Amino acid sequence: MAKRIEISGLDAFYGRTRAIADISMAVEPRQVTAFIGPSGCGKSTLLRTLNRMHELTPGGTVEGKVMLDGTDLYGAQVDPVAVRRTIGMVFQRPNPFPTMSIYDNVAAGLRLLGRTRRSQLDDVVERSLTGANLWNEVKDRLDKPGAGLSGGQQQRLCIARAIAVQPQVLLMDEPCSALDPISTLAIEDLIATLKESYTIVIVTHNMQQAARVSDVTAFFTITDAGEPGRLVEMDDTNKIFTNPSEKGTEDYITGRFG
Amino acid sequence: MDDTLTHVSAGRKLKDLTAKVLVGAAFGLAVIPLVSVLWMVVKNGLARFDLDFFTHSMRNIGPFDAHGGAYHAILGTLQQVALAALISIPIALLTAIYLVEYGEGGRLARSISFFVDVMTGIPSIVAGLFILAFWVLGLGMSFSGFAGALALSILMMPVVVRSAEEMLRLVPNELREASLALGVPKWRTIVKIVLPTAFTGIVTGVMLAVARVAGETAPLMLTVFFTDSINNSAFSGAQMGLPLFVFDQAGKPNPTAIDRAWTGALTLILIVMLLNLGARLIAWWRRPATSR
Repeated sequence: MAKRIEISGLDAFYGRTRAIADISMAVEPRQVTAFIGPSGCGKSTLLRTLNRMHELTPGGTVEGKVMLDGTDLYGAQVDPVAVRRTIGMVFQRPNPFPTMSIYDNVAAGLRLLGRTRRSQLDDVVERSLTGANLWNEVKDRLDKPGAGLSGGQQQRLCIARAIAVQPQVLLMDEPCSALDPISTLAIEDLIATLKESYTIVIVTHNMQQAARVSDVTAFFTITDAGEPGRLVEMDDTNKIFTNPSEKGTEDYITGRFG
Repeated sequence: MDDTLTHVSAGRKLKDLTAKVLVGAAFGLAVIPLVSVLWMVVKNGLARFDLDFFTHSMRNIGPFDAHGGAYHAILGTLQQVALAALISIPIALLTAIYLVEYGEGGRLARSISFFVDVMTGIPSIVAGLFILAFWVLGLGMSFSGFAGALALSILMMPVVVRSAEEMLRLVPNELREASLALGVPKWRTIVKIVLPTAFTGIVTGVMLAVARVAGETAPLMLTVFFTDSINNSAFSGAQMGLPLFVFDQAGKPNPTAIDRAWTGALTLILIVMLLNLGARLIAWWRRPATSR
């Protein structure tokens, strides 16, 4: 299931503005990799280049390579739709489909691809909701609108929706920033379970969260407004938070930054 | 008690009162025409609101005769409006989808947008004249309900494009991203996520457009022509429409004809109201996510 991502010499642009420059790093399977750094350092942009969502932004272009177990995601033959199916994404704000029930939200990916029989669908929905730690809370009201759940439940619904199509990699763009501490805890527990079967990349502003959930942490920064974001260092989370190699990292995590 | 928390100065009280009176008066003024039109139409229209009116045409009925009805006109209006909707809604929806989902502010999208605005401003009689010149005189087709539908669809299209465009823009981008991130192709995302989310609003916009063209008289005079008889086919020969019927009967100086004109107007209002009610029902039925 889980696959390894290797990024080399990656630049991403919005129109002529370079948002991130010369990123090279490897994301290991069955681990949680956290991207941290100040606002505007390009960590979300980098995340969105990994499943080719960045190019959907008007003017968004990418240069460089992203290899998924040896296949360049930006190769000429590669279908971006297939890439997005292989690499799932959870967004900052919970975004269940408002016209759909809880069941339909989870089934949406498979149903919209039109390849699954109904009997299988029931299994997938139960498995995904269980996987997202939401099954017990919603099993009696699967036909109710997904938008009627609480914020934390909605976010777990979105995670269930993302894992229902069985991606190899799960990208999470500040998945807890709109949630209260209890829902955050639920999502963090979930991430710890999910990493047994998926490669997980999480962008977060919350350094405690990065320290709690991730195995590897990458720190990004910008030198100046208008300059592209760059990778400062990437290492075991323990090392980054206790004994980082770079002074910039230490300044940031101890709050002496900028 | 602290005076600063309870004291309201006389000046503020006066301003508050003035604003209240002005808002109330403006509301009253806005409602007067609506209520008086409805009242007049209902009061005068009930005189001939009978079975005859809805089952008979005006064939062999002179202006002084009682009886006679608008069956031929109602039939014509329903057919013409339905055809106009059939022609214009698909084109208008596809245009709106192009503008919102694919155009991305490019040159083509901007010029389409400009010409839609121009179309919105076309006087209805010009649309009629265009079809008269192009379809009837140019291509040598006969006057027909279909020609009228063509003229009406010219009027309907820009209205539907604009309202559908607004509704599609209201669909949060996060929903598109959520669907695309699941590996759903763009066209399926539009069909299965964007359109259902905007459905209620689009239906409302379409109904407003239908209501607008259902009452058009000028373009029909030049395209469906005029008849006192029932013509079941919208594709051959002159037809009638309710607005034409009202215009025709109201032009005759006898009470029997004037009564028919009022009832025709009442029927037109009722048809538009029923269509709106139908649209509301569809929108209400499609809104909640309950099906499994």
